[in-house]
Amino acid sequence: MSQELEYLSQQVALGRSSRRDFLGRAAALGLTAGAANALLASAAHAAGPRRGGTLKIGLQGGAATDSLDPALAANQLTFHVGRMWGEELVKLSVTGQLRPYLATEWRSSPDAKAWVFKIRKGVQFHNGKEMTPDDVVATMRRHSGPTAKSGALGIMRAVDSVSRDGDSVIFTLKDASADFPFLLTDYHLLIQPNGGNDDPKAAIGTGPYRIATFEPGVRVIGERFKNYWDTKNRGHADQVEITVLNDSTARTAALQSGRVHIINRVDPKVVELIKKAPGVTVQSASGRGHYVFNMFSNTAPFTNNDVRLALKLAMDRKEMVDKLLRGFGSIGNDFPINGSYPLFTALPQRPFDTDKAAFHYKKSGHNETILLRTSEVAFPGAVDAAQLYQATCAKAGIKIEVKREPGDGYWSNVWNKQPFHTSYWGGRAVQDQMWATAYITGADWNDTRFFNPAFDKMVVTARGELNQAKRKQMYLDMALIVHNEGGVIVPMFNDTIDATGPKVGGWIKNPNAELMGGMAASECWLEA
Amino acid sequence: MSSPLLKEIARRILLGMLMLLGVSMLIFAGTQILPGDVAQAILGQSATPEALANLRRDMGLNEPATVRYWHWLSNAATGDFGKALSNGQEISTALGKRFSNTVFLAASAAVIAVPLAILLGVVAVRYRNGFIDRLISGLGLASTSLPAFFVGYVLMYFFAVKLQWVTSVSTVFDGMPLSERLAAIILPVAVLTTEVLAHMMRMTRAAILNVMQSAYIETAELKGLTGLQIIYRHALPNALAPIINVVMLNMAFLVVGVVVVEVIFVYPGMGQYLVDHVATRDIPVVQACGLVFATVYIGMNIIADIAGVMSNPRLRHPK
Repeated sequence: MSQELEYLSQQVALGRSSRRDFLGRAAALGLTAGAANALLASAAHAAGPRRGGTLKIGLQGGAATDSLDPALAANQLTFHVGRMWGEELVKLSVTGQLRPYLATEWRSSPDAKAWVFKIRKGVQFHNGKEMTPDDVVATMRRHSGPTAKSGALGIMRAVDSVSRDGDSVIFTLKDASADFPFLLTDYHLLIQPNGGNDDPKAAIGTGPYRIATFEPGVRVIGERFKNYWDTKNRGHADQVEITVLNDSTARTAALQSGRVHIINRVDPKVVELIKKAPGVTVQSASGRGHYVFNMFSNTAPFTNNDVRLALKLAMDRKEMVDKLLRGFGSIGNDFPINGSYPLFTALPQRPFDTDKAAFHYKKSGHNETILLRTSEVAFPGAVDAAQLYQATCAKAGIKIEVKREPGDGYWSNVWNKQPFHTSYWGGRAVQDQMWATAYITGADWNDTRFFNPAFDKMVVTARGELNQAKRKQMYLDMALIVHNEGGVIVPMFNDTIDATGPKVGGWIKNPNAELMGGMAASECWLEA
Repeated sequence: MSSPLLKEIARRILLGMLMLLGVSMLIFAGTQILPGDVAQAILGQSATPEALANLRRDMGLNEPATVRYWHWLSNAATGDFGKALSNGQEISTALGKRFSNTVFLAASAAVIAVPLAILLGVVAVRYRNGFIDRLISGLGLASTSLPAFFVGYVLMYFFAVKLQWVTSVSTVFDGMPLSERLAAIILPVAVLTTEVLAHMMRMTRAAILNVMQSAYIETAELKGLTGLQIIYRHALPNALAPIINVVMLNMAFLVVGVVVVEVIFVYPGMGQYLVDHVATRDIPVVQACGLVFATVYIGMNIIADIAGVMSNPRLRHPK
């Protein structure tokens, strides 16, 4: 890196030179805009966080029905608020690596069936009590067992028992799992005093912000917890104020007028417009979220793999990414994993080929109209996507009828119930979790009814395999099976698109989830 | 006070109560046939069969509907709507807050819209069929014809984003000083005013014009009163009943029909509260909101009826 640039970027960070000057100078020195911006971001970090002020965030995805009980968290607001007041044992880094959080270190037994987590000492809950391994055990127990009402129940089902051992907590698993620690990054598994059994909605945790005001569907105010254990990295603003702004236009207007500093879910259609607003930066990150067209592999006509292949080949993925995501995404390849997962291997891209699609369709002998159900709630633009798909299918001689279902009840009546429908997945922390959630026989959310005993066996074997190279090969084999025989069409992986105003510092691209993987409230700061 | 008048009022109130009972049955029946299942909706995509079964049992969704209806109605009569299924909050508390917010917004809009509408109506009659009349009617109709979200976004764009005179986020909360509260709701009040103004203004104009044909108006003219004096002293009082009716209808609209405005300005009122809970099949809350809305609507209509009766001299002074 040129010394001049380094010097300049520091000047910008210290406020002695403008960002525009810097970018102009950097361009003159032959640096691309992207690289220059990255340089600037790292310099802003080097200058260090600034303490103080009220960081204001406008969120889509909050409702009057929200609860502070982390077990019931299911939307954007509860996800972000949870990460303000609570913490998990481990967290995901921006490169998808595990980092210590409330656990300082962890190791497994040689057979990967028992995992030991050493619990951090000297961490205080908001109620003044010190966090102990007993609290961790109680938390994990509250999220498991037949009477639990937790979004993390699916994860905890893999756990046979949890117990304390001195300053550690031992998880004994039903089956070997090399990736088990990754599952504990789940946002429901926030450590609460006595596991939250006394008052699950108290929002008492170890996080950098204490929840001072919680008005469901309206606003949330967090005040900095003065005894927080990691003040160097989190809890820079004195106060974080989250306002629920479900309406897309209201959200962008609030950012443009300076009423809030950060917003989530910028509509791809308006990205170009709000980019022009002074001081506004659009923050996008490619992640694991993807949109799907699900076919039930066990229901006619989708039982015939030629029908499935024809329908996969008739998907114009590039058009989907260009028109629906406006370029904020990448094309899918009919399996749910992409480069943001560890141990990923790319497969040859399935092309958009109407001739081949027509060939397979003719071979299948099926020629009746196929009913595709969709709804605006399936994913943003799902109805448009279905219509685009209908047109490309027609080119291959496949007749599709698009049925628009009401958003009300879509998730209980259509998704995972009807043989051909649109949906989305947010992705999971690791490949195993994604496969196990939706592609093995017996999984509740096997929304493509993909039943393949050989595949199921591979999932279990891969899970217990501690040799990374071998596991990577297994994942490749599994991906090939789903790519060639599965019932899922993955047209695209969508980027998260957030936006920040002029005063926000400390933003880091994070592919794990929107708003820096839920850490923006805690890790961003306000520049002077 | 005369007995026919009292009898009439009592009759109206009784009818209102009966109607409310009928509505309560409809609300209850209606929420039973909403698509989807509340437990599924709460847990969403992350629902597992165990979690679903646990939640359903805890919510008492397995009891018969008639039992639940009587439980619900008898508790509701005492102001106890139970707890929200979705987040366990006391419904009366949350609803009360939302309702008072809605009433605050509605009242603020009414304080501006009602006098303005009547004044404009009177002015329109005074200069009837002239330029001013046409201008008032034209602008009024235009503002009503434009949908609320459009007017809202346009105002937001100019006054919040471009000029930055007012805020586009009308979030209000407990302990917010009145001045700030009023400042926060300037835009939604403006939008609501444009929505209800024309209806009331046109009705006022029509009702007064109707009376203006009467013989006593001619007398007043002959007596030498000016145009505005005639309208104010003689025409308006006699046209009051239909005006009150339409004002009350619009007040009811301001309370129960402002979901769109609440959403775009992020105002924490009843409409948004109801929509959120419909989305998660939170039946007790939906029922409570429905009942409150029905009560407001029926109540406003009773007031309109009574005011109509009282403004009618033939009923006020029976022979």
